Amino acid sequence: MIERLDTDVAVVGGGIVGGSAALFLTRMGFKVVLLERDWCGAKASGVNYGGVRRQGRPPEQLPLSQRSHAIWGQLPSLIGIDGEYVRSGHLKLARSEADLESLVAYNRKVAEFGLGLQVFAGAEFRARYPILGDRAVGGSLCPEDGHANPRIVSPAFARAAAKGGAVVREQTPVDYVERSGDRFVLRSGDALEVRARFLLNCSGAWSGRLAESFGESVPLTSAHPCMAVTEPIPRFLDVNIGVEGGGVYGRQVERGNVVIGGGRGFALDADRARPARNAVLTLMGEAVELFPELRHTHVIRTWTGVEGYTPDRNPIIGPSATTPGLFHAFGFSGAGFQIGPAVGEALAELVRDGRTSAPVDAFSITRFAKAEPALGVAASTGH
Amino acid sequence: MTASPTALPDFMALRPVIVGAGPAGVRAAEALVAAGLRPMVIDEAARWGGQIYRQPPDGFQRPKRALYGFEAGKADALHRAMGGILPAVDYRPRSLVWNIEAGALDVTCDGRSETVPFSHLILAPGATDRVLPFPGWTTPGVFTLGGSQVALKFQGCAVGSRVLFLGTGPLLYLVAYQYAKAGAEVAGVLDTARTADQMRAVAGMLRDPATFAKGLYYVGWLRAHGVPMHSGVRPVRVEGDGRVEALVWRRGDREERTVCDAVAFGLGLRPETQLADLAGCRFRFDAMDRAWVPERTAAGRTSITGVYVAGDGAGIAGADAAEMAGERAALALLEDIGHSFDAARAAHLEERLAASARFRRALTDAFPFPADWAASVPDDTLLCRCEEITAGILRQAARDGAAPEINRMKALTRVGMGRCQGRMCGAASAELLAQALGTGPDGVGRLRGQPPVKPLPFSAALTEEEVSS
Repeated sequence: MIERLDTDVAVVGGGIVGGSAALFLTRMGFKVVLLERDWCGAKASGVNYGGVRRQGRPPEQLPLSQRSHAIWGQLPSLIGIDGEYVRSGHLKLARSEADLESLVAYNRKVAEFGLGLQVFAGAEFRARYPILGDRAVGGSLCPEDGHANPRIVSPAFARAAAKGGAVVREQTPVDYVERSGDRFVLRSGDALEVRARFLLNCSGAWSGRLAESFGESVPLTSAHPCMAVTEPIPRFLDVNIGVEGGGVYGRQVERGNVVIGGGRGFALDADRARPARNAVLTLMGEAVELFPELRHTHVIRTWTGVEGYTPDRNPIIGPSATTPGLFHAFGFSGAGFQIGPAVGEALAELVRDGRTSAPVDAFSITRFAKAEPALGVAASTGH
Repeated sequence: MTASPTALPDFMALRPVIVGAGPAGVRAAEALVAAGLRPMVIDEAARWGGQIYRQPPDGFQRPKRALYGFEAGKADALHRAMGGILPAVDYRPRSLVWNIEAGALDVTCDGRSETVPFSHLILAPGATDRVLPFPGWTTPGVFTLGGSQVALKFQGCAVGSRVLFLGTGPLLYLVAYQYAKAGAEVAGVLDTARTADQMRAVAGMLRDPATFAKGLYYVGWLRAHGVPMHSGVRPVRVEGDGRVEALVWRRGDREERTVCDAVAFGLGLRPETQLADLAGCRFRFDAMDRAWVPERTAAGRTSITGVYVAGDGAGIAGADAAEMAGERAALALLEDIGHSFDAARAAHLEERLAASARFRRALTDAFPFPADWAASVPDDTLLCRCEEITAGILRQAARDGAAPEINRMKALTRVGMGRCQGRMCGAASAELLAQALGTGPDGVGRLRGQPPVKPLPFSAALTEEEVSS
């Protein structure tokens, strides 16, 4: 017999966005049902690189990103664990004078947000970061940015929501959804039917279909950022490293493993992907160039995930243009981990107040109104 | 297009690759060479023979009779077989296949990586010891049975001067016997199986009287030489500060203590299946192996066209079966490419493999897996050595309900996430998780494989210049 649940808000997707939306809504007193087709936080939210950075984001993301920064600072009281979150600083490297100039330009562009960016170059840079190879000529440090362990942080949001009273159902794909009267009706096979006043579409790379079923087609593509981790080695890297223009990024965790990322994997099917050999070897080559310390170590594991990308690399956040009560938050284009908790909070505010305290207008789904849905895989992007 | 009247498939243009140069790999290569093909044989060891017929390094002089005992004849035959076809194969020793992607293997040798395309692939990667943790099992001086045997066969050294053997399976008695013959003191042989198990299985084991007789001989020899032997044993703890000094064990409620400076232990073998996983093969749970193994036909075909599995890597069956399975898989490959092949021989091999599988079932009855062991592992015992995860951490995550499946468990606790990628701790983790959840070992899913199969040095990504600089 089909199980029926009536609720205020149905959340589709148990990643960091859906999980935090469910958590904040539950705290506001809403009844919430969260449906996750796999395990909560097992997709892009849980298998990403783990960078928790504001630096490098376009200015329109920074109000949300700053809100998130404050939320990350209270992680233990919010989700019960510290998630290995450290404010190690995020250092974005320049490999040429031109790249250094763009770092300086970015610094000026986002000055009003008070990220505390510091640009170093030449002898000062060398003296400060002797562990970096010769390729970098300078860099921009955001001292309060950092990194965390996505494998444990992201599932913890949905778990905290469940603890607060949300109904969280894993292994529950939504295969039917419609608006009926003033309610959304969602079904998972013939096992579960959920009726809700509000519907949040937070299903990452799988969000396009749900949006489309309400007449909103989005040029969302899937891509598979490639990551690798080394065996544990003595601590040498105390800052999260990125590179201007993209390519390679790296951080060292407390156990000593160095997590590196760059390049792309390939899809095995709609749900799974695997790192490509060339991406792994290129990534390893670039990582050694950046961190000579890695030269005599081993990569013990590689992985990738399935992430949704938009053409302009900005996410889609906010109300549906066709259906009242429906809100979208997806397409984070490889940069959703840091901002996710604040997006969840903004979704909760949208449900409660119809508006958010941090501006999300730039992320409206209507900006793609004239675009044709794109097929295939997104091109490489900077991280 | 006009077809040439003599159009035969261009067999020489094919690139069959065999991974593993043990009994299965060598016999597969031999059959392909006999048909005029030139297979590539990739093997991690410096010399062919696999684990069971592992050859000592060049310059070691121990005679085969001393190295392989009763199996010296088989070892010698296998070594000669490979020696004989060497000019006709592309032999790649000291080489590790770390990835399979899009019809090609990634192979490291001497720290460099090469991409090797294949047209057909015979996977014969063998097995490793299956181990379950117990208090003190990470103390220096505790070895796996297979590891202890390798030390003896490969380097002619013993893992200790007074070695205690613990676990179950035919290997337990064989290695104890080999150690005693080589001059080491055997402190005892402790079998987790009960005598009653062995008695019940006698009828089944008589299907292969020669093998059964050998087993009886080892046991009789050890007994005649005063080696203490006990059955129905469970380990309690290893004692020793920085080095094994004794093993405390129990039978029923009675605890005993045996002084030793090394413990060799193992609970049978587990197949190496990561390459079949990376090749995309479908898996099934094998109740006898208590492990997920690639689906295969009697001929060794997998669910992926052109990919074959043979030997213990396809499911534990032993060295004799591996030789037959290797040859059988090669015949399947020949049939699949339209080459002539000896169908009668293929049928004969399948018959003998089926008989061998029946004997293997009897062995499993005689040396049953100690299914109660997992429950008795104390919470503070290390389960995953690489990531230093205790049994208690896994059980807590299982109790929280957050990890009803082994990959989820890995993500949340790091168990199986380290250097070994679950090759050593995966079986134990599955057993402990199944026990904690109250399911069978088939109820917790299969650890998904990712490249690299074994740690990949950064030198693999560098050019020659960069490596030498």
